[in-house]
Parts: sequence; C-alpha cells; structure tokens
Amino acid sequence: MTTIREKFIVPKRYNTIAYALMAIGVIAIIVLYIYTHSGGGDAAYKQRRDARFWASLLQNSVYFLLVTNAAMFFFCATTLAWAGFQMSFRRVTEAISSCVPIIGVIAGVVLLSICFSDNHTIYHWTDAEHVQHDEILSHKSGFLNKGFFAVWTVITIAGWSFLGWKMRKLSRSLDDNPLNLEGRKKYIWNNTVWAALFIVLFALTVMSSIPWLWLMSIDAHWYSTMYSWYTFASTFVAGIALIALFIVFLKNNDYLELVNQEHLHDLGKFMFAFSVFWGYLWFSQYMLIWYSNQPEETIYFITRIGNRVSRSPYQGLFWLMFCLNFLAPLLILMTRGSKRNYTTITFMSLIILFCHWLDFYQMVFPGPMKDPATGRTHVPMILADFGVAMGFVGLIMYVTGRTLSRYPLLAKNHPFIKESVIHHT
Amino acid sequence: MAVKKFISGNFYDETVLFPAVKKVRRAGYKIHDVFTPFPIHGLDKAMGLRDTSLHTAGFIYGITGTATAVGFIGWALAVDWQINFGGKPFFSLPAWVPIMFELTVLFASVGMVLTFCYLCQLAPFVKKDHFNLRSTDDTFVLALECSDKTNDQEAIGFLNSLGAKEVQVQYKETGWWLGRYDKDTMRFERKAETIH
Repeated sequence: MTTIREKFIVPKRYNTIAYALMAIGVIAIIVLYIYTHSGGGDAAYKQRRDARFWASLLQNSVYFLLVTNAAMFFFCATTLAWAGFQMSFRRVTEAISSCVPIIGVIAGVVLLSICFSDNHTIYHWTDAEHVQHDEILSHKSGFLNKGFFAVWTVITIAGWSFLGWKMRKLSRSLDDNPLNLEGRKKYIWNNTVWAALFIVLFALTVMSSIPWLWLMSIDAHWYSTMYSWYTFASTFVAGIALIALFIVFLKNNDYLELVNQEHLHDLGKFMFAFSVFWGYLWFSQYMLIWYSNQPEETIYFITRIGNRVSRSPYQGLFWLMFCLNFLAPLLILMTRGSKRNYTTITFMSLIILFCHWLDFYQMVFPGPMKDPATGRTHVPMILADFGVAMGFVGLIMYVTGRTLSRYPLLAKNHPFIKESVIHHT
Repeated sequence: MAVKKFISGNFYDETVLFPAVKKVRRAGYKIHDVFTPFPIHGLDKAMGLRDTSLHTAGFIYGITGTATAVGFIGWALAVDWQINFGGKPFFSLPAWVPIMFELTVLFASVGMVLTFCYLCQLAPFVKKDHFNLRSTDDTFVLALECSDKTNDQEAIGFLNSLGAKEVQVQYKETGWWLGRYDKDTMRFERKAETIH
C-alpha cells in the first residue's frame, strides 16, 4: 500500500478562490440592497422591491443550509445502516456538515428578520390584520404564526448544529485511540444511538415541518403534503453531488488514496437514484393537482408554468430545471461506465447542484414577485441571486477546507474501515 | 452442439481457485467455464469475461414499453375514440405517465428474464452435461477445453500442481439436450479417465 497523506493542506489558490467568491457574494448582497432600496414609487412598490432583496437571501441561505445538512443526513443514515463503504471518505461528509452551524446562523437571522419585519410580502401570514379577514389563513394560524415559526426555526437549527457536532466529535474521538473488541462494540452502539437521534430530528424537520414553514408558507393559501419530501429529495441529491465534488477535488490533489472508482460508483448510484426519486415526487405532486384541477391548488403551477390563457415568465426556467434535474441524470448516469468516470460525475454534480438551486429559485420567487394589482409575476434579475449564491459557495469551500485540514483525512481506527478499503461494486 | 474433450479439476476452496484460474489463463489454456455452487465476487474478472450486455437489452425493452404505452393510448384516446374527460385535452400526457411507467417496467423485467434464460440456456426440460455433480453442492469445478495440440498429461499435472482434486479427462456435450437426468443415464457415462 502506498503511503497515506493524512493531513490535508489547504492550497493557497483554493483559499484565494474561496475568499474571492465570498467577496463576490458580499458585493452582490450590497449591490442588490442598494438596487432594491433606491428609486421612487409608492409604498406598495417599495415593499415589493424590499421583498425581492430578502427573497434572494432566503432562497440562497435555506438552499445551502439544507444541502450541507444533507451531508450529515447521509453520514447518520449510513451509520444507522451500519454501512462500511463510505468510511474511506467519511471525513469529507463530516467536513461539509461542519458548515451547518455557520450557514444556520445566517439562515436563522434571515428567516427571523423576514418573519418579524413590517413587510409582509414574502410571508403574508405574518400580517395579523390580513389574517383576520382571510378565512384560510386564520384556520392555518395554529401552525403559521410568528411564535411557532421563531421557536421551531431556532430549535431546528440549534438541533442540527448540536447533533452534527456530536457526531463529528464521536468520529474524531477514535483518531488517537484504537479500541479493543469490547470498546468497538460499545462505540458502534453509541454512534448508532446518536445517529438515530439526528434522524428523528431530521424526520421532524426537513422531511415534514421545515419546508412547509420556510418555503411553502410563501404561497400561504396553497398546500401540498408532498412538498417536504420534494424539498428533501432536492437537497439530498445536491448534497451527494457536493460530496462527490469534494472527493474528486481531493483525489485530483493526491489525497484520499483509499477512495477509488468503487466508492465513486456508489455515490453515482445515489445521485441517479435520488434524481429519479425527485422526479417521481415532482410528478406525483404535479399530476394530482393537474388531475383534480381545483383552482386553489392549480394556482401554484399557473404562476410557474402558466395555462392556456396566460403564460408564466417562469415557464422556461421551470422546464429547464425539470429536464436537467430528472432527464439528464436518468440518461447520463444510467450506465455503469459513466458512474465510474470522474469527468461525468464531476459534470453531473455541477449540473445537479446548479439546477436544484434553480428549483429552489422557482419555489421561492414567483410568490413575492407577484404584483397584487395585476396578479402577474415576473422573474427578477437572476444574476444578482447568482452572485449571492457564489458567496455561499465560497463560504462552504472555506469552512469545509478548514475542517478538512484540521483533522486526519482517514478515520483509521473505525471498526468498519477495512470494509471500505476492500469495497467492490 | 458437439461433444468435446475437456479436462476438469475440482477445487475445495475459493482461495485456491482464484490463483489457479489466473495461472491457467496465463499458461494459455482455454477455460471452458468455472462451475460454482454460489456466485463468487470477482471471479468473472479473474476469468476475463466481458461485462454482460443484459442491461443494454433491458434498456431497449424499457424504451419499447414506453413507446408501446404512448403509441397505443395516444392512438386510442386522441385519434380513434376521443372522449372528453373533465375538459382535459385528448392528448393529456400526465394521465398516461403511470401507465407508461408500468409498461416500461413490465417490458424491461419480463424481457430481461427471458433474455437471461436464453443466454443461460435455461428452459423446462432443457438439460446440460455436468462435469462434476459436486459443483451444485460444495466444490468449485474448473473445466479446460482441449484442442488437438493440448498435451493431456501436462495439463493434468498442471491442474494437480495448482491444488485441484479429482482431475479428469472428460468428453462432454457443450450444448443443451432434451431429456431427463434420471432416465438418460448414458449421458453421465461418457468416457472419462480418472487419474490419481
């Protein structure tokens, strides 16, 4: 066996790029703020401009928070399944999940600012005056109210951060501390219990309540029980793509000697499977609404795709992201060879990460961009939002690189490590 | 279909079998097949078998299923017998997707099972010659195909040196035949020379 490079040394260029991306993000936020808060117009118009700024922050922070948190979900789900194949790259998933507390604070601040601001354009259920006269919203007020939103948001982000930190700490505790057989059994049990706790919290948040609160409540009258699963599938497949990208990057820099095509093949399978799962959920949500054709339900798709009478400006974006998120992975990642090829996996990871960002874009923006007077919506200048996204990408690069460089790249004392070394697909 | 001459060896352990397969290939002998009681991970690579094309066939069957579903429902509901369902367009794809999916799965699965049976020559009443009945129970049987130039004694000695037991020269039918194992016992009594 060749020698193992245990410590990742962050290349200078890597950090330069990360700083540059973060700078682009900060500049984009400042420019967007100035752009949306200058110029005239009546009060209602000014509120819509302000909402456009906050919607951008909401979309980006929530998307990247859920994507990095998906890495911890992958980590805990494989731990619960007693899977061994991911051991040789588990430090990468750990490092990505270490972004959760930082992006969580940003997302929490953004969400609470939107919730408690005087501008009710994004979450119009926060307008107490309006809710009183709105029968649907007053029925929903047991769930959609500021108190529950704030408390549950804080508990959720704190819970993810704490349990993620605990899982990472458990994993690192073995590095200088090889165990005997009894110790190993105990360790696996302990690890399994903490992972199970995370999964329970994950089920109560990402898989059910959190997407309803944070995203679906933008279109407060509309509801879909499949929405949370849809959001979960979206962010999980993007999270796997992020893990694959970091693995390819580290392999290119001669790290992770024990990771090979076999592990990449399994990640490719995850990307393939969950892209199809995402497509399945997308279709299930769409078809039920299309079939029953109830005005209060179809409104969601009319603002995004349009109907015979009026075309929606989001139509192109909507079908583009559907094709690239479902058809492209289905056809490109279908063969065995493409899942074992570093180039196709890198290419598909970038496509998946970008297009699920677009998916979130069409989930967040059509509501706040709607002009109440005409009922028409529009696509804002997407380049500005892309600049904000760059900032988050830079942040993830910086934090992940920093965590990777602080701890050994190989969890060498984990009882299952050999399973990963001899892994064969 | 022809009766050919083989040299078969019986291996009692996987760890002996793997190096033996590699050495037999390197020595230039033609491996007819290796018979094992259960699938062995990596043996196909060791034997130098190419990847199966079964999944390509499956893809083609699946596409055929999708096309059949779209074609038939489209023809029936949009061309031949138009019915107005709740004001939906006659050509309403979303409603057909579940059936397209089902037919894709059905065609792909049934087609692949049948193709698999064809490739493995599996069918009711179809029988094949065995080299050693223990390959269906607990041992691994490696069969070399002999050519005119094969030196029997040398090949037998080689297999013995690799750890094979019960090395035999056998004349076996390579194709399939119809019949019953219990009635057509002469099939088992083809000329075999056991060397100890």
